[in-house]
Amino acid sequence: MTKTAEGEIVQFDNVGLRYGTDREVLSDVSFTLFPGSFYFLTGASGAGKTSLLKLLYLAQRPSRGAIRMFGADAITMSRERLPALRRRLGVVFQDFRLVPHLSAFDNVALPLRVAGVPEKELLKPVGDMLEWVKLGERMHALPAQLSGGEQQRVAIARAVIGRPEMLIADEPTGNVDPDMAVKLLRLFEALNGMGTTVVVATHDVHLLKKVPDSLIMRLDKGRLSDPTGALRYPPRPHGGFGARG
Amino acid sequence: MVAGLSALLSRRSGPDLMPQGRLAGPMPWVIAIMVALTVIAAAAGLALSNTARNAADSLSGGVTVQVVEANPAERDRQAQAVAAALRAVPGVGEATVVSQAELEKLIEPWLGVRTGEDQIPVPALVDVRLRNGVDGEKLGQLRRIARQVAPAARVDAQSSWLKPVFGAIDSLQWLALALVALLAFALAAAVLLAVRTALGTNRDTIEIVHLLGGTDSQIARIFQRAIGFDAAGGGAVGLALGLVVVLALGQRFSGLGAGLIDSGALDWIDWILLALVPIAGVLLATLTARITVMRALKKIL
Repeated sequence: MTKTAEGEIVQFDNVGLRYGTDREVLSDVSFTLFPGSFYFLTGASGAGKTSLLKLLYLAQRPSRGAIRMFGADAITMSRERLPALRRRLGVVFQDFRLVPHLSAFDNVALPLRVAGVPEKELLKPVGDMLEWVKLGERMHALPAQLSGGEQQRVAIARAVIGRPEMLIADEPTGNVDPDMAVKLLRLFEALNGMGTTVVVATHDVHLLKKVPDSLIMRLDKGRLSDPTGALRYPPRPHGGFGARG
Repeated sequence: MVAGLSALLSRRSGPDLMPQGRLAGPMPWVIAIMVALTVIAAAAGLALSNTARNAADSLSGGVTVQVVEANPAERDRQAQAVAAALRAVPGVGEATVVSQAELEKLIEPWLGVRTGEDQIPVPALVDVRLRNGVDGEKLGQLRRIARQVAPAARVDAQSSWLKPVFGAIDSLQWLALALVALLAFALAAAVLLAVRTALGTNRDTIEIVHLLGGTDSQIARIFQRAIGFDAAGGGAVGLALGLVVVLALGQRFSGLGAGLIDSGALDWIDWILLALVPIAGVLLATLTARITVMRALKKIL
């Protein structure tokens, strides 16, 4: 097994994924992610973006290959150790996955509660976060009472409230207006500036231009391609992104 | 009522990850019925145990001598002689001839009030109390001495008369214990089904909590707390119902005035044991919930 290079937080080595006995939805995917980098994952619908993200946020184990995250082998790791690893991640799901019977406030507070933060220490950060995504007035509303865009902002607030080391977002701007989309990207950039690795899956090519320093991963029929010529494996010594498709 | 109580008790500073209503449903009432039945079965078992113990205590040193003789005067003489002879035996506390009046009272339920010359002769009885228990050797010694003065005397340990009754009581005690065990099993099965249903209903929420870094134990605690409140509310109602039934039955039996049944009254320690039934129910329910959830979550990444 390939040894994770120092400083890498994620390394995929020849990873394949299939559901049941179907054909592979991801094939021979190899790349490394470095701390503090900003990545866009692009590709047509059905290219395997969400499947790749599922592997990244540890919702799925691959059918083959090796995955190391934060220096640990994510394939052979015991179930008991997964929660600690997951708490280092923030995830914005494509379908938001808000808890339906919890208010916007409680949904955003969920990662902090799971991490054991005392109730009195939740109020300010959660309130501030909801204010920031312009939902301060709607903090007591249930997800069903929120519009699609509002739900998406709650999902994003929930993903970033715990200051994750890596933020993984699946089409995070799909349901928000252009102004809010830019604002959310600025939030991601700000988090990235503070050292958070950001991975954003999107099919919106205009979004890619709005973050000039970002690196682009493109998936095509389950294989990672190198559209800019900048992707290669093993990783470049000065950070950035390396991949082989 | 119980569901409302459960919801009230479950309020705390944070929200419940699982909606209470989905777990609650009829569960508190099921637990209330189980606990009530367990309290009644346990009370019956304890009362039978007390009955057997008290009867054994009072009969353990008792021996009855029947002096069988048709001639009333000779029968009385032999009875007095047997009593006097047995009183001299070491280990015998007292030996008294049962008076004719007492004898008539004893046989009245079967033979009616006996008057006149043609009444059937009945044996004279000598009630012997030993300081220690009766064993075969002692009984043999008493029999030899009694027969020296009354050749047709029959000497029996009182406990042997009630042996079939003790056997029946023993069986009923086992039955009560089996009922308690079956009810505990049924309670665990009901909790298991409720938790499995709740796990299915809340699958999405559980997955989200998992993906946000929640541990199996954290999720199991949510179920344990919900079931625990249901069990506590249901247990309290069940205990109250069970105690009402036990007290009512106790009152009915005490009205019978039968010595054996009266001796089955519950002691204070028995009441404490009955009060522990709902606590044991809560522990069993929460433990079942935890094991069920932990085993189910093991199948999810």
